[in-house]
Amino acid sequence: MSEERPQLIVDGKRLDGRDFDELRPIKIEAGVLRRADGSCYLEMGRNKIIAAVYGPREVHPRHLQDPSRAVIRYRYNMAPFSVEERKRPGPDRRSIEISKVSREAFEPIIMKELFPRSGIDVFVEVLQADAGTRTACLNAASVALVDAGVAMKGIITAVAVAKVDGQLVLDPMKEEDNFGEADVPFAFLIRNSRIESIALLQMDGRMTVDEVKKGLQMAKRGAMQIYEMQRDAIMRKYHTEEVE
Amino acid sequence: MGEDILMDIKRDYVLSRLGDGERIDGRKFDEFRPIEIQTNVISKAEGSALVKIGDTQVVVGVKLQPGEPFPDAPDKGIIITNAELVPLASPTFEPGPPDENSVELARVVDRGIRESEAVDLSKLCIAEGEKVWLIFIDIHALDDDGNLRDASALAAIAAILTATVPAERFDIGNDFPLPVRDLPVSVTSLVIDDKALIDPSRDEISVGEYFMTITTDQEDNIVAMQKSGAYQLSEEKFYELIDVSVAKARELRQLLRDI
Repeated sequence: MSEERPQLIVDGKRLDGRDFDELRPIKIEAGVLRRADGSCYLEMGRNKIIAAVYGPREVHPRHLQDPSRAVIRYRYNMAPFSVEERKRPGPDRRSIEISKVSREAFEPIIMKELFPRSGIDVFVEVLQADAGTRTACLNAASVALVDAGVAMKGIITAVAVAKVDGQLVLDPMKEEDNFGEADVPFAFLIRNSRIESIALLQMDGRMTVDEVKKGLQMAKRGAMQIYEMQRDAIMRKYHTEEVE
Repeated sequence: MGEDILMDIKRDYVLSRLGDGERIDGRKFDEFRPIEIQTNVISKAEGSALVKIGDTQVVVGVKLQPGEPFPDAPDKGIIITNAELVPLASPTFEPGPPDENSVELARVVDRGIRESEAVDLSKLCIAEGEKVWLIFIDIHALDDDGNLRDASALAAIAAILTATVPAERFDIGNDFPLPVRDLPVSVTSLVIDDKALIDPSRDEISVGEYFMTITTDQEDNIVAMQKSGAYQLSEEKFYELIDVSVAKARELRQLLRDI
């Protein structure tokens, strides 16, 4: 990188003043779209994400139907204006991979057997990106699925851990992602307010085995905080909704 | 349809043998199938390797040509990794543009090489801001009997190890070996319930595509990981996979050193 590499940690604080294990500010709102069966708007730092769930509904093309369970589709997409340099519209290789592993995070958790022959589509749009978009999208998608009333065994909550200036940090922002040594996005299945398993796990960079293990523990603590906010967003919606 | 029924039978067989603590081909849980690495198999390529892991076969060719650098790295060479799951390699592969599986395969292999900084890209600058060497790593599957991922990763680094920068052909000085400074090795396991099967064969994968790939460098650092498949991974299993992957990668790395 010829770009000037900033010092990412100054006096034990991160560039935006956060502690190492501190999340960026998060805002979650459920049920923001009229046409979708379930939806969610989410901000995580400067990320702005909107997720919609359609279904269970008929699958097109029909040959994709599964007579015994629902087919899950997940589309991660970045708006052309979401990043500094305009992104060419449509799926690139990165989006294809993110969509695949994200779908796989939800597949074992959605009770697909309850909806044979049908399809559940999860569409997530990144309106503004600032590192950690795949985890922010998973968090939004999770709330949108609950909002749509899709039966699930639990909820997916995601957060990344990074290594910057030799230090493990939670929920990296853009500068930490660009200039850091490693990035590890995690997603967990949370059930009965407990982390039950890892639903998504990727990593690039360079970390020792010990750092990866410590990173997992840091991510778990962060995920529990996000989980509370997801829950709160869902409760809020159903609290204010008028019953006719 | 016949294929489906066969798959069901295979799945039941794999699971029943696993119940007895055995793999269908008698391997230990952390045992790879026999590995064979042949290098310089394609003389038209600047570097190449054919890797066989059991009956899985993949060939990787490395081609180099001058091209424009990325604006944010004007003095560094560029790695471009691509994978083709050609229909010749499996009855389930179809012709057409790369699907999510080939994109994922290419990106996971790419990450191992890139993040371990296996190729010294700073030595591949021709004219800063104008011309650098582009390294094309093309993965070509020949026979998918399971675990194309490790076979591809191994073939890619083997091909890189034997590659020459064709400077003379482009009138940019003398040819020189592609500068390599690390040996990333990926180890893929199939996670079934509480068990992990290293280097799963196609028959074992009939149980489900529940993979975890961990790539390490020669200092045992982790440089890339990818959980792929619709399954849930427990924390304990994850830790176990890290340890076994680090140990196995060391053995595989020795094969690369012997090239």
